[in-house]
Amino acid sequence: MAHEPRIDYRVNAETILRDTPGVREAVTRATTHFDGSRERAYGEVDETALRDWAAGLRRHVLANLERYLLQAEERLTANGVEVHWADDAEDALAILETLVQRHEVRRVVKGKSMLSEEIGTNAALEGLGVEVFETDLGEYIIQLAHEHPSHIIAPAIHRSVEDIAAQFETQLGTAPNADPDALAAAARARLREAFLTADMGITGANFVAADSGTVALVENEGNIRISTSVPRVHVAFVGIEKVVPRLADLGGLLPLISRAATGQRLGNYVSLISGPRRADEPHGPEAVHVIFVDNGRSALLDDPEQGEALACIRCGACLNTCPVFRQTGGHPYQWAYSGPIGAVLAPALLGLERAWMLPQASTLCGACEDVCPVRIPLPRMLVTWRQRAAAAGYGFAGEAMAVKAYRWMAARPGLFHRATRLVGGPLGQALGSAPVLREWTRYRDLPGADDDGRDET
Amino acid sequence: MRVALFPSCMTEGFFPQAAEDARWLLERAGAEVTTPPAATCCGQPAYSTGYSAEAVEMVAQCVDAFADADYVVLPSGSCASMLRRFAPGLMAATDTAAAADALAVRSYELAQFLDGVIGWHPPADALAGRRLVMHHGCHALRELHAAGAAERLLQAAGAELLPWEAQTECCGFGGAFAVKMPAVSAAMADRKLDTLPAAEMLVSADPGCLLQLAGRAGARGLGLTVRHLASLLREAADGP
Ligand code: SF4
Repeated sequence: MAHEPRIDYRVNAETILRDTPGVREAVTRATTHFDGSRERAYGEVDETALRDWAAGLRRHVLANLERYLLQAEERLTANGVEVHWADDAEDALAILETLVQRHEVRRVVKGKSMLSEEIGTNAALEGLGVEVFETDLGEYIIQLAHEHPSHIIAPAIHRSVEDIAAQFETQLGTAPNADPDALAAAARARLREAFLTADMGITGANFVAADSGTVALVENEGNIRISTSVPRVHVAFVGIEKVVPRLADLGGLLPLISRAATGQRLGNYVSLISGPRRADEPHGPEAVHVIFVDNGRSALLDDPEQGEALACIRCGACLNTCPVFRQTGGHPYQWAYSGPIGAVLAPALLGLERAWMLPQASTLCGACEDVCPVRIPLPRMLVTWRQRAAAAGYGFAGEAMAVKAYRWMAARPGLFHRATRLVGGPLGQALGSAPVLREWTRYRDLPGADDDGRDET
Repeated sequence: MRVALFPSCMTEGFFPQAAEDARWLLERAGAEVTTPPAATCCGQPAYSTGYSAEAVEMVAQCVDAFADADYVVLPSGSCASMLRRFAPGLMAATDTAAAADALAVRSYELAQFLDGVIGWHPPADALAGRRLVMHHGCHALRELHAAGAAERLLQAAGAELLPWEAQTECCGFGGAFAVKMPAVSAAMADRKLDTLPAAEMLVSADPGCLLQLAGRAGARGLGLTVRHLASLLREAADGP
């Protein structure tokens, strides 16, 4: 992993803004809509109490993670679920490979899962000669377009309807300028055959309830429900942080996810999976596998300043409200998780060397912390990553020098006040093209002082 | 009441008149105002960029500079927020921890100080008929909850504050962010400018945001008048 190239957020973002301005428009429109719906939906409940409860519960889980994971394993096993443990992505994919071989799988349908994106499941399956179908509409669109998701809950958020209509016209033969219903119908018709012939369904999990050994999933389209019930085998990839103590906790958490994510009271479908088909049941998979994946999480858990990031319930609210994310969508982050939470998780899970620039992609405006249903202090964590990056010598060229020079000036009040006074005056105007200010004046005028440079002393 | 005015480097550099106006307002409100020269930078740029050692030194310098003041007042929400909200955590493990805590509770953003501490409001009707749009810096808005104070001051003088779709969104300044991520920063300013209602001017108590929005509007050739809150309040109290 350390050999992967640095994620150059700045260049990626500039490229998107320059080459595909429609992305900015599509993302701003959709996220503003989600954000407004969230606000209205929080308005219907005792928001403070609910968020405090959820934040407390998630911290309690993180403090007792091992206990709940062992309990979950025991209950899942008792329910007839086979439980596997994966240290990293490679491990997880190796386990998947053995399952593919054991169950003679040739075709897979997938429900939306960020963890499977994180570990690169689709490429691995294709490498094994297995056909993979994403079944969430957004995921299906970007799979057909050979793209990655651009948002935790809305993978195709960067695409406009017109864009998708054009794509489907070429790839699926829909009518020109088909409306969203027609596009969804075309995808559904294509996926129906895949559902009926798939040997394995792969999903993630929103939560696993430790007391009952239940995998819980919430969605809007019903594709997860079909993926987990029609194929012979169901495999759920679960991040180790996703466990919750009691099945009853889901009564609070699942509606909270939906409200925070899209402003719904609850997603259209909730699946509670507690094992394979029993002898007296006509439907359901013959085998259910849960693969608990660590992939850097236990190391993050031990980090006193950043471990809280694992409380995240992947609602995407911080992405929706983030003014930086709104300009570009998730692609410039070059990773499964984007936006504020992605920028906090990336250095932990990918390494600071590769991901140091992501925590810089924030003005620290605080909107993310304001909306996070489990009260993760994202701005503080971004600053902590910046401190670690600076200490490790990562940063933009000239940054360390500039800070030190500024500090030097600040310790000399006479010089400092004269110099600041000149920046807005004639000297500053003349310096507009100097290296320090060049980045500023590339996109903005340097205004003059509001007293036209008169000296007041 | 001894009030130390901390203009902040951005006000000194680009809105020196606003610093003068802030002093005038504080004096009019009955305070005895000083401007300690040793107060140079609140440390925010170093802190938010991740250079905590430099930030610690700069905050320590502020703590010394303001040792004698009953209150420290800043015509800049983000610098006020640095002293009030972030400095205590930053200084926690240093010798200056207790003094930084004490400084934090004595430090106020200008509007909050005028509205809530000293209880000064501009004359009624002084801004009657003026249609304004107000931008709150993110730190003033979310860390200090100062938006209400600023709006009350303008409304007390009868100004009409127009609703704005992107009102609570960040303008994209973010200190060093504006130079580190210039394209994204400009796009954020554009979002603010593109949704701006037809007001006669944009008012803010944050020099950084004013600089960003005026700078971007200028580069795009939009005729946007920006004004620091302090300057408009002085005009309201003193006549134009
Ligand atoms: S960090 Fe908070 S707001 Fe962002 S996705 Fe996670 S739970 Fe949602």
